[in-house]
Amino acid sequence: MEIILQVAVPAVLFVATYFSGRAMEARHDRLLSAGEDRNEDMIVMTIEDYPSEWQVERVNVVIGSVVVSHDYYRRVVGVLRKVVGGRLKVYEPLLARARREALLRMMNNARAQGFHHVVNVRLETARLANSRRDGTGTAGVEVVAYGTALELAA
Amino acid sequence: MIISNTQTIPGKTIVDFHGVVSGSTVRAKHIGRDIMAGLKNLVGGELKGYTELLEESRQEALRRMILQAEDRGANAVVNVRFATSSVAQGAAELFAYGSAVTVE
Repeated sequence: MEIILQVAVPAVLFVATYFSGRAMEARHDRLLSAGEDRNEDMIVMTIEDYPSEWQVERVNVVIGSVVVSHDYYRRVVGVLRKVVGGRLKVYEPLLARARREALLRMMNNARAQGFHHVVNVRLETARLANSRRDGTGTAGVEVVAYGTALELAA
Repeated sequence: MIISNTQTIPGKTIVDFHGVVSGSTVRAKHIGRDIMAGLKNLVGGELKGYTELLEESRQEALRRMILQAEDRGANAVVNVRFATSSVAQGAAELFAYGSAVTVE
């Protein structure tokens, strides 16, 4: 009985989260693309300088953030991959999507406040520690996007 | 209070400096949220409870930074930076800092 629990549960989780992870990734990609399309008119730059003809009326800091975590399948594959080292391909897509999500939320926040330009955008990533001392428990990665939104004179 | 993460406030001139102002807050995860997040940790994806928690905390850190700037008689904070760090198991520090200035 114990053997079944020790082997079957991880095996089921491994297979199930492989498929659920893929489905969630595809869905999130669609949502991100739709959101990015809606913000096509938004001008977002990582540089601080803007064209001198822009007449700025109002500014504010705008922020977007998201906390994400990998699924069981990806974590197991990641642990196995670390034995031989090299590129941890399973970890890459989630971080890429998290950055897009943070940027999108920042743009949505800017739009909600009536802004259409954001300059000096910064992206930061922070690891959130495991919630239990033995290294188990929830751990996540936070991605924050922030910048200065500008409102131009009409 | 005008807040920006650029060196100056676009369209305005800095006429006075009031030094570095900062605000921070350390938050621990709520136990209920942590259980939910533990389940989400298997499935992966966004941990919404944590996103909200850190979002609220960052606003609080910003608010404290702004209060400090107001105390010093500033009307703007420029070059604002944010930092998140894990200070202990299940707790995170949200930190905001910038330069308090007077602009015209």
